[in-house]
Amino acid sequence: MQKLLRFLRPYRLELVLGPLFKLLEAIFELIVPVVMARIIDNGIAGKDTGYVLRMSGLIVLLGVCGLGFSLTCQYLAARCAFGYGTELRLTLFRHINTLSCTELDKLGTSTLVNRITNDVTASQSGVNMFIRLASRAPFLIAGAIVIVMLIDWQLSLIFLLIAPIVAFLLWYVMRRTIPLYSKNQRKLDGIARHTGESLDGMRVIRAFARQKQEAADFAAECADLEQSMLVAGRISAILNPMTFMIMNLGIVAVLWFGGMHIDTGRLTQGELTAFANCMTQILLAMVALANLIQILTKAQASSLRVAQVLETPSTMQDGTETSLPPEAEEVLSFAHVSFAYEGAGDAALEDIDFTLKRGQTLGIIGGTGSGKSTLAALITRDYDAVSGEVRCFGRNVRNWQQQALRSHIGVVPQKAVLFTGTIADNLRWGCADATDEALHHALEIAQAADFVDALPRGMQTHLVQGGRNLSGGQKQRLTIARALARRPELLILDDSMSALDYATDAALRGALAKECAGMTTVVISQRATSLLHADLILVLEDGRCVGQGTHETLLRDCEVYREIYGSQMQ
Amino acid sequence: MKNTIFRILHYTRRYRRDLVLSILCTLTGVSLSLVVPILIGMAVDYAVSPGKVDFAGLGHTALLLAVTVLVSGVLQWLAGLFINRLAFGTVRELRTELTEKLGRMPISYIDGNARGDIIARVVSDIEILSDGLLQGFAQLFTGVVTILGTLLLMLTRNLIITAIVVLMTPLSLLVAAKISAMSHTTFQRQSALRGDIGALTEELVGNLRVVKAFTYEDRAEERFTAVNADLGEAGRRATFCASISNPTTRFVNNLIYAAVGTVGALGAIGVLPWVGVMSVGTLTSFLSYANQYTKPFNEISGVVAELQNAVSCAQRVFEVLDAPAEPDDSGCTVMQTCEGSIEVRDVSFSYTPEKPLIRHFSMKAQPGQRIAIVGPTGCGKSTIINLLLRFYEVQQGEILLDGISTQELTRDSLRSLFGMVLQETWIFTGTVAENIAYGKPDATPEEIEQAARAVHAHGFIKRLPEGYQTVISDSSGLSQGQKQLLCIARIMLTDPPMLILDEATSSIDLRTEHRIQRAFEKLMRGRTSFIIAHRLSTIRSADLILVMRDGNIIEQGTHDTLMAQNGSYAQLYQSQFHTA
Repeated sequence: MQKLLRFLRPYRLELVLGPLFKLLEAIFELIVPVVMARIIDNGIAGKDTGYVLRMSGLIVLLGVCGLGFSLTCQYLAARCAFGYGTELRLTLFRHINTLSCTELDKLGTSTLVNRITNDVTASQSGVNMFIRLASRAPFLIAGAIVIVMLIDWQLSLIFLLIAPIVAFLLWYVMRRTIPLYSKNQRKLDGIARHTGESLDGMRVIRAFARQKQEAADFAAECADLEQSMLVAGRISAILNPMTFMIMNLGIVAVLWFGGMHIDTGRLTQGELTAFANCMTQILLAMVALANLIQILTKAQASSLRVAQVLETPSTMQDGTETSLPPEAEEVLSFAHVSFAYEGAGDAALEDIDFTLKRGQTLGIIGGTGSGKSTLAALITRDYDAVSGEVRCFGRNVRNWQQQALRSHIGVVPQKAVLFTGTIADNLRWGCADATDEALHHALEIAQAADFVDALPRGMQTHLVQGGRNLSGGQKQRLTIARALARRPELLILDDSMSALDYATDAALRGALAKECAGMTTVVISQRATSLLHADLILVLEDGRCVGQGTHETLLRDCEVYREIYGSQMQ
Repeated sequence: MKNTIFRILHYTRRYRRDLVLSILCTLTGVSLSLVVPILIGMAVDYAVSPGKVDFAGLGHTALLLAVTVLVSGVLQWLAGLFINRLAFGTVRELRTELTEKLGRMPISYIDGNARGDIIARVVSDIEILSDGLLQGFAQLFTGVVTILGTLLLMLTRNLIITAIVVLMTPLSLLVAAKISAMSHTTFQRQSALRGDIGALTEELVGNLRVVKAFTYEDRAEERFTAVNADLGEAGRRATFCASISNPTTRFVNNLIYAAVGTVGALGAIGVLPWVGVMSVGTLTSFLSYANQYTKPFNEISGVVAELQNAVSCAQRVFEVLDAPAEPDDSGCTVMQTCEGSIEVRDVSFSYTPEKPLIRHFSMKAQPGQRIAIVGPTGCGKSTIINLLLRFYEVQQGEILLDGISTQELTRDSLRSLFGMVLQETWIFTGTVAENIAYGKPDATPEEIEQAARAVHAHGFIKRLPEGYQTVISDSSGLSQGQKQLLCIARIMLTDPPMLILDEATSSIDLRTEHRIQRAFEKLMRGRTSFIIAHRLSTIRSADLILVMRDGNIIEQGTHDTLMAQNGSYAQLYQSQFHTA
């Protein structure tokens, strides 16, 4: 929580002035009845029409000032709250960007999205309400207490007896509801995740005609959320009526003992009236305070969720080296590298050991789930090896500053993800200042120039989210062009030609060989033909390297490779 | 805006009982709380001066006061519970209806709208609506009851001054209405921007690996900063704009208070004979009534921001509910099973009018035949699948199943006749077993394991920490190929008369593919099957091969006849064994 207070620091002025102006308004509000009393005492008694009109004018004037103070307070509150929320949201987004894949796997993206959007908003309205309401109620309570004590300190003991009870009530409700509100937020996360999954799987759901079942599952989830919202609501619903009852029972006691004091002459009737009025004032302020606390409790639950993410450190320590060693001949090497995903039983990779020189091509082939993509993820340091050493451009990847390392690598992920924006925007992802010519050249190598040029708006064609308006193969070719556009030292193709027909595949490989001769390349593929000319081929099975060498030597020595190659050549 | 509010109210109809009960509880609870000051006054009257205290009367009144307070408190508490039920229930219904509606929306709607924006509507917009409903109802009921009660008490004292108060009320309402109309547009802008930031976050955080791979973090931040700043600005404006209304109504109330005081005082002096006889006592109570009467207006205008926010969020929800769904087809024929003859007759289709894709496409498949569709990427192969399953509707021509136009069948029954495996895998958060049994939820564990064995997925599933009961999701450690195996196992469990395999094995290594080929052969036997694949080995045995280019069929025939023609197909086939 301390972490979040930091975001309020730039708005210290607003935080002090806002409540102050609210206070001034409250004071002016209290003066109004005093002026009115004067009208009654002096104006009416003295039958002074002029005095009555003058004093009425004063009341209007006080109102105008109150309006001014109040507007100032509201303005300051809005400025502070939205300034705070905007900065917090940005910092959260920035922080999530620094998290490593391990943390992302653990947290899940839908809850992160929810925290950036909903929870920050809730925390922000908490600040807004705090400035607008926090000073008024305590001021009125404090003022009324002073008056009460001045009137009859013995009677005011009754109030001192009640106050702890009300305080306990507030504390109790807060303590009980904060965990409940976080639980509700978690359920809301679940609904967001489910909605996203249903949108992704819309075709499959419909192909199985399962919409009704999906809707029913969803209804159950919503009903579950409703139930736990009702539980939280049930507890917080106690707050207002209980405060009302406790305070008024206090007034009953005041009346009874007050009557006794009047009997003994300690108190006058008018004083008792004033005392009761003050108690009512306190009651109203208490109810307002209780409402404020309810709002703040919700905001608190959300703030904790935001703070939790901010307090999650990246488990990966960033290196410091940023420059590319010019003499590095060994572009990539794995020295007895093993890796296991967190929480998984088996190792995903075991004892991988190879070296790749500048300009060479590494081919990785192997069965489904044999660890091919995991190997690629270790190169870009998405994860850290459990043992062994991954070296890239002649340096342990742990010593590289991650962004610097990745800026020299072009990755084409297995899943062809494109983003909202034009094709040109997408191609510039890896290299913001690439010229149109450079982009077009990348498109040509990726065999995507033909279809992009055929589009009415060419590279300026707008892609809807994920490039849904393109076919699978078109998306893959654009992701290849995107990686090439940054002219990387090392290009990683993670089974990224699976949706391409063989002719395109072959043309692409030809263009790559011709245009990017100096580029070191890692190709993951299931097509043995795609890897024939690789300088080194790794054959993976269940995370172990069961053979490495060139096509010829593997064909001679490696049983698994022969089997793979044979199955494709029959 | 008014329509939206009525519509929200319409959704509360199922909770009419809670509505009525909450109004009743509020009515009596708040009325009793209005009596409290009167009882206090009465109690004070029993204690006049030393020796002149009527303890019997005082005790009696104090007891009455205690009872009144307790009853009123309990009733207010109950009212709160009923309002909770009403608001949370309404919100649940709305959310359920919204997601149910999403299930009936045309695929083109889902394809064409940002995922994050749709999620924002289901999650945050409805959440804000819920808060608004809660506050709105609570303040509204209490407010209305207080106003009416006070009005009644005032009327018994002095007609003229009551009239002054009542006549000045519209001023307060007018100001509030004016301001809320002003801030309404700012709130709409705020919720639209909230949708934008949801979409952007969803895209960038959802694909953080790609962001990192391209060292796009800084630019992602830049884009986020821009939208975030806009949202902050819009939010600040909307909130400030709406929060003007509360101080302003309070100011108007202050004017009312001053007017009552002035007129009352002048009446008491006797300058204004038409006011009637007015004692100081009456004036005092009038002043406090005037305060009590105008307070609810403050409170309601105090939550105006929340209410307006809720209304503009509700509008975004209703936007989805009002968008045209797939037309109702409950009157159409339900086809339980089929022979499996498919005829595509002169079909034309395009996603965008300016870019025609499929033109005058015709083909015939006999029952049990295996149809392969090949062609360069983007030639419209997947579009054919979209049309066969009616994810998109043909714009011209028709598709016949067993001689019946697919338009005459219910979409669900048509789709149930096909088993479909797509290139884009879909794994939902749930156990492995649940994922496999998606098409047949009542499958036994043995059946599930059998299906997994058939596609050679049993081995890797066994190695997962909890085997078939391991909870997986799209982002959990499964490889693309493993996900594809699970999707194929899904189809193995169901027993559809026809099959569609759209690049179903593209991420599976050839050895495994080879091994599961037998299972596929068994599955396809006697079933009309449509296969899209680049690996032509899987296609060779097809009964009919359609070679597509730019939305047209340029060649069709069997493998042997097409090879003999030495056209596009032959070229494609040969390139597979050539290396560049």
